[in-house]
Amino acid sequence: MSAIVTIETEGLAGPPPRRGFPGVALLRSTHGLQRGMLLGGIAVITLFVAAAVLAPLLAPYGFNADRAGGVIFGTQQPPSAAHLFGTTVGGQDVLSRVLFGARTALTVIVLAVAISLLVGVPLGLVSGYFGGVLDRILVLITDALYAFPSLLLAIIVSIMISGGRSTPFGGILAAAISITVVYVPQYFRVVRNLTVSVKNEPFVESARITGARPGRIMFRHVLPNVSQTLPVLATLNASEAILTLAGLGFLGFGIEPSAAAEWGYDLNKALADATNGIWWTGVYPGLAIVLVVAGVTLVGESLNDVLNPMLRTRGGGTSTADEDEIALPGDLGPAAGALGSGSDPAPTTEDDR
Amino acid sequence: MVRLALIVPTVLILVTVVFFFMRVIGDPITASQGGRLSAAQLAERRAAAGFDRPILTQYGEYLAGLLRGDFGTALTDHRAISEVLVTNGAATLELSVWALLVAFLVGVPLGRLAARYRDRLPDVSIRMFAVLVYAAPVFFVGLLLKLLFSATLGWLPASGRASAGVEVALTNVQPKTNIMVVDAILYGDTGYVLDVLRHAILPALALGLLTAGVFIRLIRINLIETMRTDYVTAARARGVPERLVVRKHAFRNALVPVVTVMGMQIAMLLGGAILTETTFEWQGLGYVLSRYLLARDFVAVQGLVTAIAVVVALASFLIDVINALVDPRVRY
Repeated sequence: MSAIVTIETEGLAGPPPRRGFPGVALLRSTHGLQRGMLLGGIAVITLFVAAAVLAPLLAPYGFNADRAGGVIFGTQQPPSAAHLFGTTVGGQDVLSRVLFGARTALTVIVLAVAISLLVGVPLGLVSGYFGGVLDRILVLITDALYAFPSLLLAIIVSIMISGGRSTPFGGILAAAISITVVYVPQYFRVVRNLTVSVKNEPFVESARITGARPGRIMFRHVLPNVSQTLPVLATLNASEAILTLAGLGFLGFGIEPSAAAEWGYDLNKALADATNGIWWTGVYPGLAIVLVVAGVTLVGESLNDVLNPMLRTRGGGTSTADEDEIALPGDLGPAAGALGSGSDPAPTTEDDR
Repeated sequence: MVRLALIVPTVLILVTVVFFFMRVIGDPITASQGGRLSAAQLAERRAAAGFDRPILTQYGEYLAGLLRGDFGTALTDHRAISEVLVTNGAATLELSVWALLVAFLVGVPLGRLAARYRDRLPDVSIRMFAVLVYAAPVFFVGLLLKLLFSATLGWLPASGRASAGVEVALTNVQPKTNIMVVDAILYGDTGYVLDVLRHAILPALALGLLTAGVFIRLIRINLIETMRTDYVTAARARGVPERLVVRKHAFRNALVPVVTVMGMQIAMLLGGAILTETTFEWQGLGYVLSRYLLARDFVAVQGLVTAIAVVVALASFLIDVINALVDPRVRY
């Protein structure tokens, strides 16, 4: 989110030159603490993706198994050699659930970000390019959704989609779509506002004069000029998607517990344990969430610095994203995700009316 | 004034979206009573509640009810939603106030420290703290607090708004505000006041720390920014001691955006209250809302969500007004 307002106010800052391997150029343009943050974040994400992909190999047991070879694990067993992280109140291995939870989280993030991009970007392009009544209506609707506590929105959509019942994959898809509904307005706003400012540039005019069709102009000429901010938005949304998913799971509106391991659901189950001093059922899934979100956030913030050269300070500053934070009195980002709610600044509707 | 004119369509859209979302799932009676009643009984109940009429008629009546301040009546426990809003809303309000207090006490000094020691150890560690607070879900922070202060150390109660006996006593207070501290003070027993306060500490910390993360970032950035301005340089040139420059000149101006954010927190606190209140069984709006949601009581959910939407829309308008008053450069 920190990206949004910057983008709206700052106009266009060119992306770093794309020569050679993009990742290397990206890394080279960072300094000191900022590079450390970027690398640290990337390391955490790599770990997370590896855990998600290799979960069946790494996890000692299945995510829902409460026995192995006919021997029941026992409930709420403290960490031991057989169960490094102990067992849950349902008698499952905590370590296995944490590892498989990474798989669920990754699937949902990828789906949610992909769907948000596929819906939000074209919608924003069309709305911004053509303007008119459709634009007015779309802006009004997305503004209304934007102002709404996002977790609440996700809950309502999740109930609407699943109707209380769900198949394994259907549950994951339903969770992804509920999260998507929260983020489409963000992509929409960013793309729409940039499109409005780009569409009267000379190169768009000349494309129009040469007889290019609107579809071609939008996707060939406008899109590349509005897309450099999307990676930042996608990373920031990914971290919030994890928090929203966990919030949904915590409240009991996420994925069916028999379908996949989910950290938020496990934390809900661990709540009663905490009152009795049983720490291992809640601490490990909670730490997993914190670690992944912190990792993704660090990468997002560094990307924001690097991709918006205007924010960069001379001489390899450690100053990250200072200016964008100023532009952002409403950056409730942190709180938002975790609270799973109105993470977003009140819509600044004035700029485009 | 464009802003004011926009509230009506915004609220109307939210109300409409919520209404039709809720109808897509099916009618509320079937949703909540589905397995328990026979088809004939279901039909009878639906007719009695008016859910068999055309959806547009229902929508029209719903809107008319809203205009009269009637948000409907819960199907499960037959409470009027407007009454739920007053009693449980008071609990959420109380929690929000405590949380904002914590956020200020933690966020403002840390933000100042970070700005003062920019890029040095205090700054880096404070910023890491802010990222961690960002990354930790409120229910995980709550769980850790419960583990430490309630289960292990036994210092503070793990859940609820007051001990059972105190709660019973406080229900008889006249006039009853539903804000526990006020009720306890009205009751006139210091022990009760302390009991209520002890129950509020952990939820307030969990929710407040989250908000503190936002405050730290804002104060730090704004302070750094204002320290570069001409009037700060001018103050220094006049020989004003550095301590006073920070306090009298820079800090006050750096606070302006924080006040704005505080208003926006209302929307966030309302949403975030769901998680915090569930964690600590704090009987506020979020808590009852999740109860109604789990019971599939969509009449209640619709009423509560609509009310929250109205509050959020009004709050964001008020913030704009306050912002314009505080900062003359902003004009609407």
